Amino acid sequence: MILLVSLLALAALAAVPFFVGAYPLGLGIGILGYGALATAWALFSGPTRYISLATVAFFGIGAYTVAVLADLMPYPLVLLCAALIGLVVALLVGLATLRLAGIYFVIFTFGLAELVRQLVTYYEVNVTRTLGRYVFLPIGPEHIYWQLLGLLAVTLALAFWISRAKIGLALRVIGDDPVVASHLGVRITRTKLALFSLSAVAMTLAGAIQAPRWTYIEPSIVFNPTVSFLTVIMALLGGPNRLFGPLLGAVPLFLLFEWLSANFPNHYSIILGLLFIAIVFLLPNGVLAAWDKFAARLKNKEASA
Amino acid sequence: MSLLTLSNVTKRFGGLTAVNDLSFTLTAGESVGLLGPNGSGKTTALNMISGYLPVTAGTIALDGMTISTLGPERIAHRGVARTFQLVRALPSLTVGENVLAALAFRKAPLWGSEAEAKIGALLESVGLAGRQQEQASNLTYIDLKRMELARALATEPKLLLLDEWLAGLNPTELRSGIDLITRLRQSGITILLVEHVMDAVRALCTRCIVMNTGSRLADGPTADVLADKSVIRAYLGDDHA
Repeated sequence: MILLVSLLALAALAAVPFFVGAYPLGLGIGILGYGALATAWALFSGPTRYISLATVAFFGIGAYTVAVLADLMPYPLVLLCAALIGLVVALLVGLATLRLAGIYFVIFTFGLAELVRQLVTYYEVNVTRTLGRYVFLPIGPEHIYWQLLGLLAVTLALAFWISRAKIGLALRVIGDDPVVASHLGVRITRTKLALFSLSAVAMTLAGAIQAPRWTYIEPSIVFNPTVSFLTVIMALLGGPNRLFGPLLGAVPLFLLFEWLSANFPNHYSIILGLLFIAIVFLLPNGVLAAWDKFAARLKNKEASA
Repeated sequence: MSLLTLSNVTKRFGGLTAVNDLSFTLTAGESVGLLGPNGSGKTTALNMISGYLPVTAGTIALDGMTISTLGPERIAHRGVARTFQLVRALPSLTVGENVLAALAFRKAPLWGSEAEAKIGALLESVGLAGRQQEQASNLTYIDLKRMELARALATEPKLLLLDEWLAGLNPTELRSGIDLITRLRQSGITILLVEHVMDAVRALCTRCIVMNTGSRLADGPTADVLADKSVIRAYLGDDHA
């Protein structure tokens, strides 16, 4: 039943490009892109509560891989290469950082994204001597939309599977108390590394798929730290421990940010920061959990009345 | 046959020696009390056995194999389980999931319907029958301790380390707690018990090891050790000895 509804919803969403104009389709691409990023982020950060700000590092690696390799090989192979590069970087970074906890992990992941951006910039300036790159691929917006929809569907399916599998339980145990986890025989490093890498591959693909849309990319665009922050806010708003939570957070926030950046380009980051603080304080478990609480309270009132 | 052997185990934290050249052996099936005043190194010793802390010097062996070089997850797989001095529930999980976590990642893992049946049996054995669905964060203190014990037992340990498991219980709870551990003893699990409740120690332990300032002060049958002058002095001071 759930499967049938999901497939119908997927089919309906896939038909959208046939009925809408260029601007709504652009919004759809943005929503799907951030929906995929937020869902991928929550795969790892939801149950473990490790707040990662490395999202844009992988996103940017994906976009840059496409820019560099687009002329050298067929497009599907380019995507595959991007995924592999994202995987290798995630494994290396994961091995180095996943022993860190709390705020140290947050700062390290933020630093990592900046490091990758600076490295790419350095390489482009000193070796290739051109900062930006052009991406000319015959891929229309509707194809980007479909690819992102596919990526989102696969990421959601993975999240669904993980939530019911042993590895999902392992992550929740680690998130609750790593000391107990280790004493129960959970292989902590291995489990965290697997999920961090999986999440990173999905993020890399989100960047790679969207690269043809920008035509021109440079480090300050594809490694913009705002992407990492937005992803975190979206997942937190919707609820990082619910299957559809991150996606649900991505829809309104993406539309809000579009509107804000068009109308208040100078105050945009201030509003973003305030919103971030408000969400963390008011909805620590996301809207879905807040809604459940509210519904439970209503029910109690009815019962006592 | 000896199950656990500590040989000249030492733990230093910077300049502080928490455990100093500690050696003792536990025979399979034994139930031994590890006693001593606060700060004498009991919990540190337990933490080294379970792999939570690495040893500074010396070796710990289980079934003749060195475990003091392994991490806690490997030691758990070799058959050591523990409870913590301050109860460590997994608060966002249900009671059933707390126990499932132990079944799912032990050496011979259980999952699905097999695990469900086992969870029911384990919870019943600690007095939490039918409470699988409750959120762990909603349990009372004694029930948290019961759940933690069920979780430790779910790993099918050869050696169970109980760190002040009976502390903070009221007299009724204490009696049911002692009964529970007595049943465990009868089932053949080797138990090392850090405890301050002397009635419980007398009821549960045939043998006691006493530590003071990180070293072993006494080791022998419970009645003899508790009457030992040096033990009384360590606990109560010279005037009482």
